[in-house]
Amino acid sequence: MTTATRGTAAPGAVGTGHTRIEGRDKVTGAARYAGEIPFGDLAHGWLVLSTVARGRVVAVETGPVLGMPGVLAVLHHGNAPRVETQYVGSLGPPDPVVGLFQHDRVPYAGWPVALVVAETSEQAREAAEALQVRYETEPHDVGFHPEHAAAYTPESVMGQPNEAVKGDLEAELAASAVVVDERYGTPEEHHNTMEPHAATARWDGGRLEVVDSNQGSRWVAEELAHLFSLDLASVRVRSEHVGGAFGCKGVRPHQVGAAMAATVLDRPVRVVLTRRQMFSVVGYRSPTTQRVRLGADPDGRLRALGHEAHGVTSKLFEFVEPSAGFGRSMYAADAHHSVTRLVPLDVPTPTWMRAPGEAPGSFALECALDELAEKCGVDPIALRERNEPAVGPVSGLPFGSRNLLACYREGARRFSWADRDPRPGTRRDGRWLVGTGMAASTFFVGAAPTTAAVTAEPDGTFTVRITAADVGTGARTALTQIAADALEVTPDRVRVRIADSDFGQAWLAGGSMGTRSWGWAVLLAARELRERLALGGAVPEEGLTARSDTSDVLAALAQKERHSYGAQFAEVAVDVTTGEVRVRRMLGIFAAGRIVNPLTARSQLVGGMTWGLSMALHEEAVRDAASGAHVGADLAGYHFAAHADVPRIEADWVEDTDDEDPVGIKGIGEIGIVGAAAAIANAVWHATGVRHRTLPIRPDRVLDAAGAPGTPGAGAAADGGPDRA
Amino acid sequence: MREFGYLRAPDVSGALALHGADDGTRFLAGGTNLVDLMKAGVERPERLVDLAELPLDRIEETAGGGLRIGATVSNSDLAAHPEVRRRYPALTQAVLAGASGQLRNMATVGGNLLQRTRCAYFTDLARPCNKRTPGSGCAALRGEHRNHAILGASEHCVAVHPSDMGVALTAFDAVVAYETLDGPGEVPLADFYLPVGDTPHAETALPAGALITAVTLPPAPVAARSRYRKVRERASYAFAIGSLAAALDVRDGRVHDVRLAFGAVASRPWRARAAERALTGGPATAEAYAAAADAELAAAEPLPDNGYKVTLMRNLVVAVLTELAEEAGR
Repeated sequence: MTTATRGTAAPGAVGTGHTRIEGRDKVTGAARYAGEIPFGDLAHGWLVLSTVARGRVVAVETGPVLGMPGVLAVLHHGNAPRVETQYVGSLGPPDPVVGLFQHDRVPYAGWPVALVVAETSEQAREAAEALQVRYETEPHDVGFHPEHAAAYTPESVMGQPNEAVKGDLEAELAASAVVVDERYGTPEEHHNTMEPHAATARWDGGRLEVVDSNQGSRWVAEELAHLFSLDLASVRVRSEHVGGAFGCKGVRPHQVGAAMAATVLDRPVRVVLTRRQMFSVVGYRSPTTQRVRLGADPDGRLRALGHEAHGVTSKLFEFVEPSAGFGRSMYAADAHHSVTRLVPLDVPTPTWMRAPGEAPGSFALECALDELAEKCGVDPIALRERNEPAVGPVSGLPFGSRNLLACYREGARRFSWADRDPRPGTRRDGRWLVGTGMAASTFFVGAAPTTAAVTAEPDGTFTVRITAADVGTGARTALTQIAADALEVTPDRVRVRIADSDFGQAWLAGGSMGTRSWGWAVLLAARELRERLALGGAVPEEGLTARSDTSDVLAALAQKERHSYGAQFAEVAVDVTTGEVRVRRMLGIFAAGRIVNPLTARSQLVGGMTWGLSMALHEEAVRDAASGAHVGADLAGYHFAAHADVPRIEADWVEDTDDEDPVGIKGIGEIGIVGAAAAIANAVWHATGVRHRTLPIRPDRVLDAAGAPGTPGAGAAADGGPDRA
Repeated sequence: MREFGYLRAPDVSGALALHGADDGTRFLAGGTNLVDLMKAGVERPERLVDLAELPLDRIEETAGGGLRIGATVSNSDLAAHPEVRRRYPALTQAVLAGASGQLRNMATVGGNLLQRTRCAYFTDLARPCNKRTPGSGCAALRGEHRNHAILGASEHCVAVHPSDMGVALTAFDAVVAYETLDGPGEVPLADFYLPVGDTPHAETALPAGALITAVTLPPAPVAARSRYRKVRERASYAFAIGSLAAALDVRDGRVHDVRLAFGAVASRPWRARAAERALTGGPATAEAYAAAADAELAAAEPLPDNGYKVTLMRNLVVAVLTELAEEAGR
């Protein structure tokens, strides 16, 4: 690892670039992932998923399969151990899909109906594919549209009000000189982490031990303790290396199935999901339709901001993709109204996926603002600056640091925005029409109670223990930097051990809250240890350990609107005769607090922006109306950006300090994707004069829109709403 | 795992003997499609006969300026061959527009022609598919068919052939040579793929147990000025939603010779003979190109969600022929 500082007296690891501590292990293959860690006497489980979208299991023909080579057991609703699903975990009740094999109901296509366990993975797979499951089918409903009769308004989202009201929206709209009233649509999107979910479970001296790939080992341990009615002390979950998470790596059927089979067979059992299985059992981002209504004075000052979103949930369980909330903290307006409604269908339950709510919500609102800028004849950045709030527009709370204007200014400077001709459809480069667009981003800043332990070792090194997760982001390295500075030593003297539930309560890698939550706990423990060491005396043989718990400091934190911000810019080229859209460059400038490790931070932001590109142009899971199941649920059918689609993408940040914040770290996990798709869609309009309000902006959609007479030219539009559920 | 036999053939006659026109046996070349289908359970061969050692990996020049391409020539070697690049540039472009570098190193010419459709219903054993399970029905017809056929399809199957290479080969009148236990044979690529009709599972005119040994490209001076344009839903590593292989020879403002073949519009690479007839001898103008495309596409029967392909192919014909004519004029 490279370090910018040397010597014990000159801390300063935070803010300088450090390659990943485990980077060499990862690229040489020395780092073992959950599905490849050796275990003696290991058996392998393979999930069988329902092929029908609604009904019940009438029979699972286990007989022939049990006679196949190597097959040890077939678990299903008729014989599986009972689990407890009526509990409220730290993030709410569990997705019912983890109540594996507890009844004969089939609520959607891809519901787990059996687990075949065999001596080898290949034997388990062959038997699982041979297993005959007979169903009694019922009519299913997978068609998503906002006028669905079952649409309803959830009370709250993660404990926060779902509906926000300020002023009289209708009255302000009526009084507005300029109104934008449009519908936008985003499709069902899937996480598709590079490493599929994998878990190995075994009983060891009365403890359930699970080696897993997750984004929160303590969280998963808590959930498994609930499910199997165990003391938390009787469950240990570890997750040393994780090949991506993005919201889909919590407790899922693979850990539950492995633990069940380990219980039944009294030997270690591993369950690894296939790519296709991931499409139905690990969650996904709900499709959305969003109506945005903006009312403004002629100069673009907002009087009304209305955002009504619809999303999908399963009929089993309420999950809200809170798309309508994006504008609540972003723009001043005399009246605000935002609400997300849900349509329950015979589909799997969606879950958190990078920037839940903000990713689809920013697409709709930031495109609508571009349309308002066009109508008002105001530059899109100027429009946003004009509606910059002094306090939380709905909450009335003061802001923490809010350096959005600096992002606009720095972004505009580096993107040469001032030279932009606002007229659409006027720049040509060979067969390509060229345009530029921008959008704003935000993501909330939070921290959750976390414990950490820092030990001074007799050899002069330090060991940090914390149930953090490094899901590929560089968290282990960032925490090493934070600890080194707090201990006033160089990072090479600090060893950070993570992802072991035995290390105690900690927040998970989620909500862009990981580094802030964990870093805070590490800081407190390290500072205390340093104070104790300063008292003098030798470090005892077992080491000297200081522990921290951030519960109290977090509870004492003043109520504020705390967010990170960004400005996204994109240049695109569109061939309206073939429908091809190519992004030529992207620039994202962020105000995201203290950046711990510029090297990995830049990667994370560029990764988020790349995903935004993918969201704009490629990603879309398709459901077959007749079967209710996915079509092409693999990486050949579910397209995301290939290398050739990803142009020069620059991410950078402006100074963003908050003197009143004890750690100053904001988190950058999600903000990179927020606004990126809107910037691209706005650039497509600027290139062609056609508004694309439905993602992804596919060639057929561009062709169909361009097929209208008189295009390219202003006024044409490809309207929102998924054209097929 | 499902077990299967694996045999290595030393030469062509050995391969034919090992295969023995047995229903459960498949030839294995690059395996870039067959092995995937085996993993998906679509193909369940009892035996594979590996062709890796066969001496069919050469490209030879034929009398008069054509090429004879061995069946196991890799995609990469085909695309890089100097005479392919010089005489049939659209063929090189087509090959390079497909798959990835790693896949092209493995994939072969014979295998490319025999690859199966990427219709998602074909590879999903839980759904009906007449091509996979004759008589089970076509889920795409009323399901997801944005990338399905607009030409030559039937109510039994609307899948498209995924090959890029085959489109260029079709434009240049390639002939497929094969061997059987009863002796050699050959069939023009234009007749290689059978009409869909009510037998979409029967895809080629190859006799049972036949082994493709070579693809011959006859001399075609027009092909020296040719182009392959592929449109897909991302910039690389995706199958075409529409593609065009075109060659054009313009003399004194009139079309002296022209070749046009469409990809991703039918169950086979689609030679656009009606368009060629409409153009030959006529003016080399954008209006003529559009009229020729319309002549070809008059037979199109788009499904509810793939009508854009008609527009796309028309636009591609105009754009690519215009480019070729302009470049020839420079």
